[in-house]
Amino acid sequence: MAKFSKKRGKSSPAISTASLPDIIFMLLFFFMMVTVLRDSDLKLSVNTPEATQLTKLDEKSLVNYIYVGRPTQQYQAVYGTSPRIQLGDKISTVDDIPLFLEQHKVKLPEAKRTRITSSLRVDGEVTMGIVQDVKTKLRKSNQLKINYSAGKRTDALD
Amino acid sequence: MAKTKTRDRMNNEINAGSMADIAFLLLIFFLVTTTIAEDKGILVKLPPWSDEEPDITKLKERNVFSVLVNAQNQLLVREEPARIGELRERAKEFIMNPSNRSDLAEGPKNAIISLKNDRGTDYDTYLAVYNELKGAYDDLWNELSQRRYGQPYSEEMPFAQRKAIRDEIPMVLSEAEPTNFGEEQ
Repeated sequence: MAKFSKKRGKSSPAISTASLPDIIFMLLFFFMMVTVLRDSDLKLSVNTPEATQLTKLDEKSLVNYIYVGRPTQQYQAVYGTSPRIQLGDKISTVDDIPLFLEQHKVKLPEAKRTRITSSLRVDGEVTMGIVQDVKTKLRKSNQLKINYSAGKRTDALD
Repeated sequence: MAKTKTRDRMNNEINAGSMADIAFLLLIFFLVTTTIAEDKGILVKLPPWSDEEPDITKLKERNVFSVLVNAQNQLLVREEPARIGELRERAKEFIMNPSNRSDLAEGPKNAIISLKNDRGTDYDTYLAVYNELKGAYDDLWNELSQRRYGQPYSEEMPFAQRKAIRDEIPMVLSEAEPTNFGEEQ
């Protein structure tokens, strides 16, 4: 009995919040590390298809993105409705691809240049014609490592 | 007199209570802007560009598994219509030829898969077909790896083991220049 009354008598000390900023900073640094600021805003609507045999692209700095799809509503007045290619920030044609690849390449150290991957983010509804043109151009520019960007499919095929 | 007063003030600590608030603000900013969208996809190595047409007349017909996709997204596998769903099993049977049939590949090293599409084929369909053909090889590598090394085929395996498996069943997927019958204008 005596024990209990003794404990109750003591007021609980306030929890120190001095380490709270440290914890928050830790979280902050984590998010700063994993974050990739979206550098280009998409002018095309791109819904990548789904697949099962996927590989993860690890080093983001070694990847350049080529988008293919139809322009979104807001850009249809300027670019029409047929499938277009977007490199970086702007709508381009296949002839701009070599320059685009070169611009990406010069930013990287020479030792890593062989590991550059082109990620093709192509809308599922687009026909192969434009994709084929892109592929041919990539082959001619000697950029042979490509990645057909796709989501994970869970349901079975018919 | 005044001097001592300022010195006293300097000894005061800066109140760090708002540090957490500032950090929170930054944290929330990064939480909102962050996209942990990892990029996944089917990794493909394209053949180098050459102006000459590859000569395929030397190949034996039994060693070639031809897959054609037309502008209506229909499949023709070895001159018969087929569905995408059955493609993987057929490709696997063709490559390994377990029952030694005379119309399938002589062996996995001789097997060639030839894929040809139209410029009007949907990318969706093309990728599904490509996925199945790659899946057939992935499945076969997994089986072989499981039998030999007791683990599924993965990038984490020692290079020598991966190479041994890929030498045993080399992936030969050749893509022909597409036809142009149904491209939208």
